[in-house]
Amino acid sequence: MTTDTQAAAPELGKARLRKEDARLVTGQTNWTDNMVLPGMLHMCFVRSPYAHARITSVDVSAARSMPGVIAAFSGADFAGEQASLPCAWPVTADILIPPHPPMATEEVRYVGEAVAVVVARDRYAAADAIAAVDVTYEPLPPVLDMRTALDESSPKVHEAGNKSYEWVFDQGDLDAAFRDAPVVIERNYRQQRLIPSAMEPRAVVATCVAGEITLWSATQIPHVLRFALAAFFGIPEQNIRVIAPDVGGGFGSKLQVTAEEVLAVLIARRLGKPVKWTESRSEGNLTVHHGRDQWQRIRIAADSDGRLRGLSVDLLADMGAYLMLVTPGVPLLGAFMFPAIYKMDAYHFACTGVFTTKMPTDAYRGAGRPEATFAIERIMDELAAELHVDPLEIRERNWIKHEEFPYTTIATLTYDSGNYEAATAKAKELFGYDELRAEQERRRASGDPVQLGIGVSTYTEMCGLAPSRVLGSLSYGAGGWEHASVRMLPTGKVEVVTGSSAHGQGHETAWSQIVADKLGVPFEDIRVLHGDTQVSHKGMDTYGSRSLTVGGIALNGACEKVIAKAKVITAHMLEASENDIEFTAGRLHVRGDPQKGHSIQEIALATFAAHNLPDGVEPSLDSDATYDPENFSYPHGTHLCATEVDTETGRVTIRSYVAVDDVGKVVNPLIVEGQVHGGLAQGIAQALYEEAVYDADGNLLTTTLADYLIPAAADLPHFTTGRTETPATTNPLGVKGVGEAGTIASTPAVVNAIVDALRPMGVRDIPMPCTPERVWRAIQSARDSSAGQNGGGQ
Amino acid sequence: MIPAKFDYTRPGSLDEAVRALADGGEDAKVIAGGQSLLPLLRLRLAFPDLLVDVGGLDGLRGVRDEGDTLLIGALTTHDEVVHDPVIREHCGLLAEAAGTVADPAVRHRGTLGGSLAHADPAGDMPAVALALNATMIARGPGGERAIGAGEFFLDYLTTALAPGEILTGVRVPKLGPGWGYRYEKFHLTAQAWAIVGVAAVARRSDGHVAEARIGLTNMGLVPVRARGAEEAAAGAEATIEALRTAAGRADEGTQPPSDLHGAADYRRHLARVLTARALAVASGV
Repeated sequence: MTTDTQAAAPELGKARLRKEDARLVTGQTNWTDNMVLPGMLHMCFVRSPYAHARITSVDVSAARSMPGVIAAFSGADFAGEQASLPCAWPVTADILIPPHPPMATEEVRYVGEAVAVVVARDRYAAADAIAAVDVTYEPLPPVLDMRTALDESSPKVHEAGNKSYEWVFDQGDLDAAFRDAPVVIERNYRQQRLIPSAMEPRAVVATCVAGEITLWSATQIPHVLRFALAAFFGIPEQNIRVIAPDVGGGFGSKLQVTAEEVLAVLIARRLGKPVKWTESRSEGNLTVHHGRDQWQRIRIAADSDGRLRGLSVDLLADMGAYLMLVTPGVPLLGAFMFPAIYKMDAYHFACTGVFTTKMPTDAYRGAGRPEATFAIERIMDELAAELHVDPLEIRERNWIKHEEFPYTTIATLTYDSGNYEAATAKAKELFGYDELRAEQERRRASGDPVQLGIGVSTYTEMCGLAPSRVLGSLSYGAGGWEHASVRMLPTGKVEVVTGSSAHGQGHETAWSQIVADKLGVPFEDIRVLHGDTQVSHKGMDTYGSRSLTVGGIALNGACEKVIAKAKVITAHMLEASENDIEFTAGRLHVRGDPQKGHSIQEIALATFAAHNLPDGVEPSLDSDATYDPENFSYPHGTHLCATEVDTETGRVTIRSYVAVDDVGKVVNPLIVEGQVHGGLAQGIAQALYEEAVYDADGNLLTTTLADYLIPAAADLPHFTTGRTETPATTNPLGVKGVGEAGTIASTPAVVNAIVDALRPMGVRDIPMPCTPERVWRAIQSARDSSAGQNGGGQ
Repeated sequence: MIPAKFDYTRPGSLDEAVRALADGGEDAKVIAGGQSLLPLLRLRLAFPDLLVDVGGLDGLRGVRDEGDTLLIGALTTHDEVVHDPVIREHCGLLAEAAGTVADPAVRHRGTLGGSLAHADPAGDMPAVALALNATMIARGPGGERAIGAGEFFLDYLTTALAPGEILTGVRVPKLGPGWGYRYEKFHLTAQAWAIVGVAAVARRSDGHVAEARIGLTNMGLVPVRARGAEEAAAGAEATIEALRTAAGRADEGTQPPSDLHGAADYRRHLARVLTARALAVASGV
């Protein structure tokens, strides 16, 4: 279909309410924890209280005799069955991937690691029996600081050492770029450890009937999970069915093959009974894979007019105790994004993955790209300050001009499209940039105890994971295509099957809009099926803002195949040549004579009846399509944040926030708006509120939502959002991803605003989250050092 | 929520409740709105054998105007405290502080009596009770007795209530003419506990602060009065500078905790800053 007919069609771009919301928000649906099966048993895990210890004995016999308890197991009980949990991304040839049994047998390496499990008739009995499991440990020294973990003298997390890998990427002549550069700036930034906090906790139900395993899991990746269970645990793939029913958010945390999923399957098989496990929030904070956790050393070299010459980035990335599904690859998704929207001559990137005795890290909304965007956008502000140039001006001097697209960056990515000028102009206008700068001057001059700061983030990101060839070149263990099927039912209704399994994104609505637009059938007549490997037999699932840009394009292709088949049958019925059949607005007709033809629903019925089909044509309009993208998608935008900083208490209040995002063509603006709002909330949360904190013994202190602070609506400002629309040129719908953009953009906008407010006092950085106490201390130490005539400085 | 096993009873009268509690001994706990107790049960930090649910005792609800004082039933919810016109008129500090408690869901379930009897120093209402010179009314097997707020909070999560005693109400003196009030709560998110809270009442007369009472939230194991700042404020000029000076003594004698959300020295600093702000509002500066 051409772009012209799409523009004329009513569905794409329509702000439809989401089909799925009524059942999701009322909970009248198939959350995994709602599943009740006859004879179902409940699992509860005994977890390590030590960050690092040798297990000297596990005695589950007393637990076995507790009321209601059916079985209890230690890791040794699964000795023959429990292989290592998979890491699908061995980023270098010599990477250290230590064994990672689902249940520890000899050593525990983080607080919360499972060491035993009790299976009982109900959750209460299982939880009560936990105390009767007797585990003895011989404590070993924890390894908690990745900066010293590589020292010779550091205790070892694994016998083979604390270094997992080093990955290096060099482009251009960095020495030349830095040699005699008029401006060189170096900063060290901390990406704190975060805990993804999906509204629905993880939950699992497993059955094994006559050797056939069914696993319901609150997962983002039913297809990957099925493959992993088969490949790593020797269960025949054809005998495994994985169902991700409605899933209440993931943010990457459910892009995982977890110990609990594997153990549920092993136990259901062992006992011949269905088993269920649903984590508590505290259990989740301990054992859902964590996110971020890097130290970033970033250096830039620039000319005296602020033009960037070179960029050098050295990362330490905390892997935690083990490598999980994509743990080592997460920082590398950032490797290509540090140069962001800027042109330069040379780039160096190196990342060292380090083991510590903490929960493993893995993908968390943005995965690598928020880290990169934070560092580059923070240091661009430092460059602006150094040269006394407005931070937007310094960016404009360096960014890729609209007329330069497609543009291949120093990081070797080819950005297909973008218009940084338009997004920035719109953001400035919505924000009232010049007025706020004037107010800032006034408040600085009057010594107002509440200072005003303005933060800028002109971000882009790579998403829509991913071209399979690129993934292969990065040593990832799978491809990045997506699959879709369209089934034309005899009544004219349509069933759509997508391999991109939703967990809150609104696929059922957006996919219906695409099909309604493409096939000209009513939105209401379309049913979207996903998340069950027996229904949706192929797929690569949902993460990395890939659903629309990969799965949506597969769906578009499947619709085109339906139309092509329908044309053949229509031509036969009308006794016309196939080349003379046109398809417009749901009707197949003879070119130039819209009256002479049939609706697609009529053709569907005629195909079903199969009374009058051309020779050799199958009686089916159903189609499949698998789409492998040729490139990533590169949404971009300009975010502006105004903060008020109370210099007496350190409290930061976001006064206004403007997000102008360019996500290409939009299928449903309400869904885009929702993704932007949620993304902003999560990015702001990293800037101001959230941090997973371990104490000196390696105990997680932030095990509840009273300590791990997630902002709610009351804590967030009004968001002023706007869009510019620069269609992607690499897919037929012109769409770009939006799921992670808000998170990626907003964290540096907020921190830049805080530092901007306090820069005249000598503050240059505040570690995240910028809590009032940290802001206050930064002000105190800047005052102390200026009293000592020392200037600011890191 | 997967708590350990407990027995549960919901008596129909106060006498029955007192008896059930007394019979239950050390391991019996009163539950009202459950907003403090349920989290402890959920985390298995508390293991009561018996919960005595006083939610059915309608006599413990509502507000009675006694002339110079208000008697507020222990089961009055935070939300009712926020909106009650008599409380708003005579004890506005109570309504203002109750409006900062957690979130609307908690305010509709949680009760004033429960919050005081739980005696969490990070809770908002204990410091307010101190600043208002409230009196706790308790009923036990031996009858009714009154306990001044200053004698009520003994230790972390520990009150002067004897085993078997139930807090039935709170008697609060009305703030008369010339009095103002302010609760300054400093917390990281709307639902989070106060890092520090300052509950202040002040009587202004002739351009000066005639007297002031200040309760501090989360500045020790129990809610405390900022006696030094009260002393310094009494007789001070009603100006920002003078109140700031007086507030400089707000942390005197306190033993603030150091935890995830604030180190002790930061809490001391906040107590001083927030006390100045609370006094300024309370004395109409």
